[in-house]
Amino acid sequence: MKEGMSLIVKTVARWVVGFIFLYGIYITAEGHLGPGGGFSGGIILACSYILILIAYGRRFASRNLDWRIARIMAGVAALSFLALAMLGMIFETGGNAHFFDNLIRKNLPGTAFHLFSGGNIPLLNLALAILVLASVFTAFVLLAAVRFWETRGKKFFSSLEDGP
Amino acid sequence: MPELLTLLLVFMIIAAILAIESEDLTSAVVSMGAVGFGLSVCFILLRAPEVALAQIVVEVVVLIVLLRGIVSVKPKTGPEKPDRTGLYLGVVLVGLLLVLSVYVAGEFPQLGEPSFARFPDSAGETYLKQGLALTGAANSVAAVLLDFRGLDSLGEVAVLFAALLGVMLLVRKNPRLEIKVEAESGPNGAPVEKGAAKVSEGEPK
Amino acid sequence: MIIYFLILLLFAVGLYGLLSQRNLVKLIISMSILECAADLLLIAAGWRANGSAPVIAAGQDAGQFALSSVDPLPQAMVLVSIAIGLALLLLLTAIALRLYHEYGTYDIGEIRRLRG
Repeated sequence: MKEGMSLIVKTVARWVVGFIFLYGIYITAEGHLGPGGGFSGGIILACSYILILIAYGRRFASRNLDWRIARIMAGVAALSFLALAMLGMIFETGGNAHFFDNLIRKNLPGTAFHLFSGGNIPLLNLALAILVLASVFTAFVLLAAVRFWETRGKKFFSSLEDGP
Repeated sequence: MPELLTLLLVFMIIAAILAIESEDLTSAVVSMGAVGFGLSVCFILLRAPEVALAQIVVEVVVLIVLLRGIVSVKPKTGPEKPDRTGLYLGVVLVGLLLVLSVYVAGEFPQLGEPSFARFPDSAGETYLKQGLALTGAANSVAAVLLDFRGLDSLGEVAVLFAALLGVMLLVRKNPRLEIKVEAESGPNGAPVEKGAAKVSEGEPK
Repeated sequence: MIIYFLILLLFAVGLYGLLSQRNLVKLIISMSILECAADLLLIAAGWRANGSAPVIAAGQDAGQFALSSVDPLPQAMVLVSIAIGLALLLLLTAIALRLYHEYGTYDIGEIRRLRG
């Protein structure tokens, strides 16, 4: 337990991080009913992982969410956003198929002002949240791991990402 | 309401001047945080809770990234010589902007009367009237963002993904660059072989 | 009207910083301030005096809601703009770190001199 910050910071972070994560899920899930949405929720989720990373150090944080997995998550989320947008183009049987067609709402309208309403807007919010979570977390891990130092006139540069 | 907004804007302008003119990088970054949080309160006063939420969480991430990523590197900055040309150019251009703004002031819509209220059947009014009926989302901003104007969100996703790719491309050990820098500042001017460029994972300290 | 002038003043402060500063971190900060001013101008243009937030309440008439709410279109645009600002800042931070590694300084005048 040499890595990371002091015991006080670690304990408080352990208590708080669950609530931050839950709040991020709430903001994402009710984005079509009130203020919130995928972008804000995704950044709050990323903040919970960044808190773990800062308080406990990189080695402990990579057990929760490794950045190599996070960058794959970002790609999958971006592709699923595109797939949800093209859903109406592919499966629409009527004549008016178009991009960002809300096909799910036409078949499963749900009740307005309830969680299950709005068709694919909550799903798009979810994809956006995962994308923002993964990309902000990966960028932060990469930027925070950069180190420069100089020994005997030689310049050194270390980061997590290996070049070709 | 406009009085409170005016006070907040004055506070933000003072914080912005402090952020730009401060000698210490850490206090400059913290002053920038004051500008961002003041902006978030302005958004709440202007009845934009969704934007205020996004702004406040983005500001937190921006502060953490700048403090952890840039300022903690502890750069050895020498005494900065003021850039005379840029200073004069800046003063002249900013003065020109303020003078020109007097001429366009009449074109602005009156504060408190949104531009869409002046025209019938404008885009904003249509979104407000038919947002719930057409998309089923109670939040009009979400309806605009993800249904009516979904292409905007798709562009946002593309930009975020491209930024991630750019960060991954820029922050990596490029052996070619490593050799070049070391050969320039090597102890005896001798070219360093490739094996020496490998750097361990350990902290510098 | 004074609000618009103060927003323009904030924009001018950001522009002045972008033109006169030589430290890369200061340039990033100036760009962020410029973005703040632009966002605020857009939101202020869509504000309705004594209006409500663009979230419809249950049982509210849509026509009545359209007469009492602020404009949702600038808010959606500014939300996208904030996201793009975050992406831009992450990229600029990476560029600044790479430049620091190459030249050992954040001063762009020094960097230009070292480039020759």
